[in-house]
Amino acid sequence: MPKYKSIKKVLVIGSGPIIIGQAAEFDYAGTQACRELKKEGLEVVLINSNPATIMTDKNMADKIYIEPLTVETVKKIIEIEKPDSILPNLGGQTGLNLAMELEEAGFLKQMNVKLLGTGVDGIRNAEDRQCFKDMMEAINEPCIASKVVHTVEDAVEFTKEIGLPVIIRPAYTLGGTGGGIAYTMEELEEIAGSGIRMSRVNEILVEKCITGWKEIEFEVMRDRKGNAIAICSMENIDPVGVHTGDSIVVAPAQTLSNVEYTMLKNSAMKIIEALKIEGGCNVQFALHPTSFEYAVIEVNPRVSRSSALASKATGYPIAKVSSKIALGYTLDEIKNEVTGKTFACFEPTIDYVVVKVPKWPFKKFLTANRTLGTQMKATGEVMAIAPNLEAGLMKAIRSLEENVEYLRLDSLARLEKNDIEEKLRQVDNERLFVIAEAIRKEISVERISELTTIDRFFIGAIYKLIKMEKELEFNQMNSKMLEKAKKLGFTDKIIAKISGKTEDEIRKLREKFGIKANFKLVDTCAAEFEAQTPYYYSSYDDECESKPSNKKKVMVLGSGPIRIGQGIEFDYCSVHGVWALKKQGYETIIVNNNPETVSTDFDIADKLYFEPLTREDVENIVNTEKPDGAIVQFGGQTAIKLTKALTEMGVKILGTQEVDMDRAEDRKEFDEALSNCGILRPKGSTIFTVEEAKMVANKLGYPVLVRPSYVLGGQGMAIAYDDREIETYVNEINTIEQEHPILVDKYILGREVEVDAICDGDDILIPGIMEHLERAGVHSGDSISVYPTQNVTLDQEEKIIEYTEKIAKELNIIGILNIQFIISEGEVYIIEVNPRSSRTVPYISKVTNLPMIDVATNVILGKKLKDLGYGTGLYKKSDYICVKMPVFSFEKIKNADTSLGPEMKSTGEVLGVSKKFENAVLKAFIGSGANVSKKGAILITVRDKDKAEVVPIAERFKAKGFDIYATSGTAKYLKENGVESIVIEKLWEGRNSIIDLIEFGKINFVVNTPTKGKQSNRDGFKIRRMAVECKIPCFTSLDTAWALYKAIETGIEEKNLKPVDITKI
Amino acid sequence: MVGYLVLENGEIFEGERIGVTKDTVCEVVFNTSMVGYIETFTDPSYLGQGIVMTYPLIGNYGVMPEDYESDKIYAKAIFVHEVADFESNFRSKSNLEKFLRDYKIPGLSGINTRKLTRMLRDAGTMKGYLTSNIDNIDDIMQKIKEYKIENPVEYVTCRQAKTYGKGKSKKVAVLDCGVKHNLINSLLKRDVEVTVFPATAEPEQILNLRPNGILISNGPGNPMDYKKQIKTIQKLYDSKIPMFGVALGHQLIAIAKGAKTEKLKYGHRGPNHPVKDLKKDRVHITSQNHGYYVSEDSLDKSVVEISHVSLNDNTVEGLRYKDNKVFTIQFYPEDADYIYDEFLKMM
Repeated sequence: MPKYKSIKKVLVIGSGPIIIGQAAEFDYAGTQACRELKKEGLEVVLINSNPATIMTDKNMADKIYIEPLTVETVKKIIEIEKPDSILPNLGGQTGLNLAMELEEAGFLKQMNVKLLGTGVDGIRNAEDRQCFKDMMEAINEPCIASKVVHTVEDAVEFTKEIGLPVIIRPAYTLGGTGGGIAYTMEELEEIAGSGIRMSRVNEILVEKCITGWKEIEFEVMRDRKGNAIAICSMENIDPVGVHTGDSIVVAPAQTLSNVEYTMLKNSAMKIIEALKIEGGCNVQFALHPTSFEYAVIEVNPRVSRSSALASKATGYPIAKVSSKIALGYTLDEIKNEVTGKTFACFEPTIDYVVVKVPKWPFKKFLTANRTLGTQMKATGEVMAIAPNLEAGLMKAIRSLEENVEYLRLDSLARLEKNDIEEKLRQVDNERLFVIAEAIRKEISVERISELTTIDRFFIGAIYKLIKMEKELEFNQMNSKMLEKAKKLGFTDKIIAKISGKTEDEIRKLREKFGIKANFKLVDTCAAEFEAQTPYYYSSYDDECESKPSNKKKVMVLGSGPIRIGQGIEFDYCSVHGVWALKKQGYETIIVNNNPETVSTDFDIADKLYFEPLTREDVENIVNTEKPDGAIVQFGGQTAIKLTKALTEMGVKILGTQEVDMDRAEDRKEFDEALSNCGILRPKGSTIFTVEEAKMVANKLGYPVLVRPSYVLGGQGMAIAYDDREIETYVNEINTIEQEHPILVDKYILGREVEVDAICDGDDILIPGIMEHLERAGVHSGDSISVYPTQNVTLDQEEKIIEYTEKIAKELNIIGILNIQFIISEGEVYIIEVNPRSSRTVPYISKVTNLPMIDVATNVILGKKLKDLGYGTGLYKKSDYICVKMPVFSFEKIKNADTSLGPEMKSTGEVLGVSKKFENAVLKAFIGSGANVSKKGAILITVRDKDKAEVVPIAERFKAKGFDIYATSGTAKYLKENGVESIVIEKLWEGRNSIIDLIEFGKINFVVNTPTKGKQSNRDGFKIRRMAVECKIPCFTSLDTAWALYKAIETGIEEKNLKPVDITKI
Repeated sequence: MVGYLVLENGEIFEGERIGVTKDTVCEVVFNTSMVGYIETFTDPSYLGQGIVMTYPLIGNYGVMPEDYESDKIYAKAIFVHEVADFESNFRSKSNLEKFLRDYKIPGLSGINTRKLTRMLRDAGTMKGYLTSNIDNIDDIMQKIKEYKIENPVEYVTCRQAKTYGKGKSKKVAVLDCGVKHNLINSLLKRDVEVTVFPATAEPEQILNLRPNGILISNGPGNPMDYKKQIKTIQKLYDSKIPMFGVALGHQLIAIAKGAKTEKLKYGHRGPNHPVKDLKKDRVHITSQNHGYYVSEDSLDKSVVEISHVSLNDNTVEGLRYKDNKVFTIQFYPEDADYIYDEFLKMM
């Protein structure tokens, strides 16, 4: 029962698709909130467009709408559901903005809906730039001084007032071009002058430059009575200048004395009191490194990425307590679930160090600019807990799964001292490694600190790690040294590599010396009280606090950081795996290192180990827990990669065995398996060198598909049309050392179909067959996927079911598998079998009402599909059509190529559900954030081989009243085929140049198919970037353009689309 | 150099010696602050005690004398997980190692402080012996057994009265049982003249000043040992001058009015203790450092009412006396600044 008795039915707004800057942390927050609201006996209505989330699960809320997160749609849902209140502060910026728009439009008042948590004024005062400035002034808290000016004279005047250096930000220029930092008055005049000229409205913002100041965050919480606590302080190792999402962050703050700490904490407290915050709140500060001067950078009156981190760093369940506060409870009424005795009204104190390191997608975007700045580029993050900073860093680095286990990159090791010193000035994703290399090259800690503006305390930690490397390299191994290396976080593998021994020798030495990992408890209180939480991290101190029970227990391996190709879906699978196991009476142990996820909440599994997912780290847990088995098929490639290691440790793999998983991956064995079943697949072969590749390609005939073995998300995958392209792609793949051969296959142009299935050894169960709208060649994760299929014949469907059963049995699959088919000229081919859960499992589970992971877990534990109540074969088709649409974050990553191909590039996805295909597609487009206008103009520029095919598209759009713009070649072809278009003569200059058209919003959509190669200096590349940066939908596949046409053809408006409650499907 | 902490239960923790290398016997207590080691080590209330810091990295921001809570380190020994090698702060004048040496304090680093803390939590505060030689363990155990913090006030109080902020309209007399700088500074900030008296001062001496208010300060040890001060407080109380007691001062006033104190199993020491102000119905997160508490059962409820309680263990955290303008708090008022204002309002 909530404290506010009037609350009976609450609308919760989620955060939508995973994009850079808004990732899984809101699934964690939303899930905690929904569970809490349900526990309070409330009726929960949920809206979120993201089908991969745990929060959109049937048991999370009473009514679930996977619908576009737009004002229009949310209004409709409020009209249908008539909730009495709305919880806006757990769905990120998206959720908060929506709630505020509804409030400001007077809609909430009109519908009698109460906004829970922080009041409207508080949110506005925190969010609106001017309101925030005014409020800070009123309570005497310093902001970053800034002013909008239109002349150089005014810029100079203001700068004299606030002092150099200053940042100049021109208004309305793309990607902030024309701006910069001025350190002298001369520079100021120059930059301000050019900035004003370049700005469309001749306007610039002059802002005090605080680059290089310490960046400190406080995660705070306040209730309606005014009780307030500071949950966690965090310090960014990268000072102000790098987005906090791209910074390495440590908790608690390390370099503040009590005076600075108290000063900032008191400021945060004052601010949340002034804003009358009710719930969690994040306050970011910049602190001058050599004085007490500080500035409030930003206040987020909601849970955020930082609160997820703070929550996992301290054990304090911020989202849960925030929800309770929104329901009217006060902090002194809420129990601290960690100790079970004390109250939520206390400040956690921790007795370890937490390190967060971002996970960047640059391996996916070879052309991308890797510089870090104020635009976040990371897709996800890892967190490590250790008794010291050094071990925390080392654990975090190996959690990233970049095949790097210590602070060394060969590419940097080769550089000269001078080059390294130069690199220290650059701020990019390799910064940490550059610093390490600088120390190896004997550049002093002071000098490094000076060049990087990173505090010497943090450089010191890296120094200690490099010093340890040297000891290992040059000194005789002994027990003291080995223990020291382990305490600093070195793995056996790295110790072996540096000291010239084998990993096995090091392990034996450790056994001999009695050096072993022990697990310590995260308890919010530094051991002051006995804790109930089963939340552990490893250390090399004595005394193991994890006491294994003698219950039957199963270990579930998580999926690590969110990255392109391995997103939140796998956390969904891990969490459901845990729940299913619990239901069957097993004790569950989860291992993961992603602070943004639901799986790392301490009340999901019976035991949570917050650890890197490497062989050694997992082995430590195995040695302590001695689990009866492990499930690897839910945790994506991260968990699958550990199968062999687990098998060797003697852990029983539950479900499909390692040898069978290998058969699905190994080219030769997989071919054999398929041929045993009489299933066709595109012809192909394995190669190592460019020469071999050319030979194979010519034999098969171009185009061919080139890819490395064992990858997720199609990393390094490409379609080659000639020898030159083969050369480029194979060389690209080979820049990373390959353990396995490269695959070259005949590329079959056809319809791609995907199946997730469960096999118990005798029978299979397919919840549904999905069809991709884009033909083969676009990665399945980047394709629009439709369930049920629209263009698959009954015969083909039968074939798909037959093949699924045959290959599942042939590969001895027990549990879940995912198969990609191609249908070409009536023939069904299998291109890939993944013996694990896939990206589509959450979505297909929801739309078919078949809880795949629960069923699969039961099968893995030995039950038979026949007895589980969902039947066998293909499950009954839904009346609804569900369209899954990928969502990209291209605008965040400068210079990333936006053209789609076999390598996955999307960061998230949305779903559109409707009884009509066209409407489902439209919903999906709207949900993905595309501005779907029904008239306007479309720019077409396609490569030669697509020209014929683009004609009907142009024709249709024209018939709908669209203006067609085209580049000369395309225009000529269109004209020859009877479609008039406006020719763009000049691409980059003057009126009617592409820049002009796109930037001034004359174009609504761009259709551009990429020409060969991946060079970034081509016009097509530039056009695509331009479109992305102006937020204009740009389609690089003609099939996507067709889908859009379908969506707008009917002319239906968003307000006439009926929201669907998926719990009723 | 290897060093050992031998506990009275026979447990031995091995670590690396820091500070001076003398042997020392102490009462071992833990503190849960993540920042503020300078203030902690120089807090006179830690007299006779060895402090275990639960936060594993100590010394990160060096040492700045202006942050001391007194003139020196009062703790007898320091036990930490790790000492920072690369301390960093623009105000830092020294580092942890030098800080300890300057005040001749020994310590140990590299010990499993979490294990030690858990042990103290479960078994209660224990005495311990810091040494580099454990050959003669019987001898060590004997020394531990004999150890007692005797007449602590003698070591922490000032030698003679001293006045700060002379000439202000209101005067506050402080009975110094080991007063922290912060208490005096907080009063001075509020524009009052502060005279600090030695704990041995006679009540007449204090009353002669004609103070508008009297503060009984924090301090170390068992409050029952402060026999003379309790008598002094009784007289001061009867003078009807507004009185404010902090930490030990809170306990001494309670005893003077007939209440009893008892020892906490492992004390309240840290910056994160939630205390509920019963009248305001608000919770404040407070800094605390005490090993004893005023027993609720021993209070004469006709004279005194409970104003604050600990949200962690429900012990008394503040008292208000009905027959006089007297109130006392068990916690440090640093984080609940309004309390000083209340004191001033009474004058």
